[in-house]
Amino acid sequence: MRLPISVTLEVNVKRAINLRPSGPLAILLVLLPFVIAAGIYLSASMARHAANANDRLLPDMQQLVTGIRHVAIDEDARTGNVILWSDTRASLRRLGWGIGISAVIGLLSGMLTGMFPLIRTTFAPPIAVLSLIPPMAILPIIFIICGLGEVAKIVLIVLGIAPVIMRDMQNRVQDLPREQMIKAQSLGASSWQIAMRVVLPQVLPRLLDALRLSLGAAWLFLISAEAIAAEDGLGYRIFLVRRYMSMDVILPYVAWITLLAWVTDRVLHTLYVRAFPWLQTQADQGDAP
Amino acid sequence: MSFIAIRHLWKEYGTKVVLENISLDVNAGDFISIVGASGCGKTTFFKMLLGEEKPTRGDMLLDGAPWPEEPDADRGVVFQRYSVFPHLTALQNVLLGLELRDAPIAARFFGAKKRAATEKAQAMLDAVGLGSSGAKYPHELSGGMQQRLALAQSLIREPKILLLDEPFGALDPGIKADMHALLLQLWAEKKFTVFMVTHDIKEGFALATRVLVFDRVRIDPHEPDAYGAKISYDLPLDHKHKHKS
Repeated sequence: MRLPISVTLEVNVKRAINLRPSGPLAILLVLLPFVIAAGIYLSASMARHAANANDRLLPDMQQLVTGIRHVAIDEDARTGNVILWSDTRASLRRLGWGIGISAVIGLLSGMLTGMFPLIRTTFAPPIAVLSLIPPMAILPIIFIICGLGEVAKIVLIVLGIAPVIMRDMQNRVQDLPREQMIKAQSLGASSWQIAMRVVLPQVLPRLLDALRLSLGAAWLFLISAEAIAAEDGLGYRIFLVRRYMSMDVILPYVAWITLLAWVTDRVLHTLYVRAFPWLQTQADQGDAP
Repeated sequence: MSFIAIRHLWKEYGTKVVLENISLDVNAGDFISIVGASGCGKTTFFKMLLGEEKPTRGDMLLDGAPWPEEPDADRGVVFQRYSVFPHLTALQNVLLGLELRDAPIAARFFGAKKRAATEKAQAMLDAVGLGSSGAKYPHELSGGMQQRLALAQSLIREPKILLLDEPFGALDPGIKADMHALLLQLWAEKKFTVFMVTHDIKEGFALATRVLVFDRVRIDPHEPDAYGAKISYDLPLDHKHKHKS
């Protein structure tokens, strides 16, 4: 028997790995997880508020707005400061010093151990050992030596991220092709000249990269130090208001810290792109979208 | 005394003999090709010429003096890859040699000095046919242009010896021919001595005034490391490129 209609199924669907979102769909897909998270939060919050109108665990929009106004707009009755800004200033100052000092140490140490075998032989092993010490474990020692002030917090950040940067920079220096070092010498370069003209300019972008990757750890150490001993700072505030279960303050603070971390990351990335044109175009050629 | 004199040169790594009993005299202005199979010690020999490796035994003399123990500005070098600095533009790559010579601390030029040196570097770029590419970074140049740049960069310091390690090995045949012409022209003008390691025997014979063939003539199957490579053929091609006379 012959079928009256011959059905040809046109299979013209691409492989899943070749399907790319575009236009509005792409935006929708990006927003989707955030919308879902917000939806889950709001419905859970509404459920709790239906049972108890004064629930503090999952504050509703109104409570959040009040909380944000309290920390970000109202002046503190005692000090006259707006606490969100004074906390942010204090934390960023510590973070800036910590990261800045780590960058300088990491770059100098990395170039010295990477370029000079004599120095590497002596200093690479202790640096490796240093990088294995969990910084939080020696926090008591830091507090005993440096007191509870600003220095202790900066030292904790430096001890936490500098050893990793030092080792990373050493590897980056040693990764430079042997041919380049020989070539520089065949142009009559001294060790100092090679450091200034060949090594430094090529590892600076790597330093920015290393700093970006260390940001997460730096925040971790900062907030830990502030939680344990501080009088201001973002980490201090979160742990302070925890006693009152003030989720209306904690949640905005966490969002604010996340935003700060994201902005810092973007700033470093932009610097990377702008400051090193020779590297960027290289990457563009390698994997153009 | 010849320009370069090598007497009973041996290179061993532990019990492994790489080069055995090499003796060689080279006149200034010679163009020497070094050919041979992989693992026949030509790279090791090249590294000793460069000053990167030291012979185990034997003497190497340059102008009658002991061979320098590290690379210096008397011996320019071009490798197959990574010869130019990726973070410098073509012009800066050429300028670098002058800056390294005359600015020991700052390692760079400013003002009038920079203008004068830039002019010289630009002339060098013109000479290798990269006159209009001075502002480009190496990754923006093709493979052949990068090797032109590497030549210009080496020659700005006017080395007595130019060491080439498979300089054209990664290039297309057409580009290769252009590079050969350029190299011969620069060699005729500037009269430096060339050592070129190549696995392309045809290229070796086409360019050189003298071809050295490295080979391991004796092989003990029970102890393959016992004998090293020698110069199995030393072929003068005197009829060619007589620019000295």
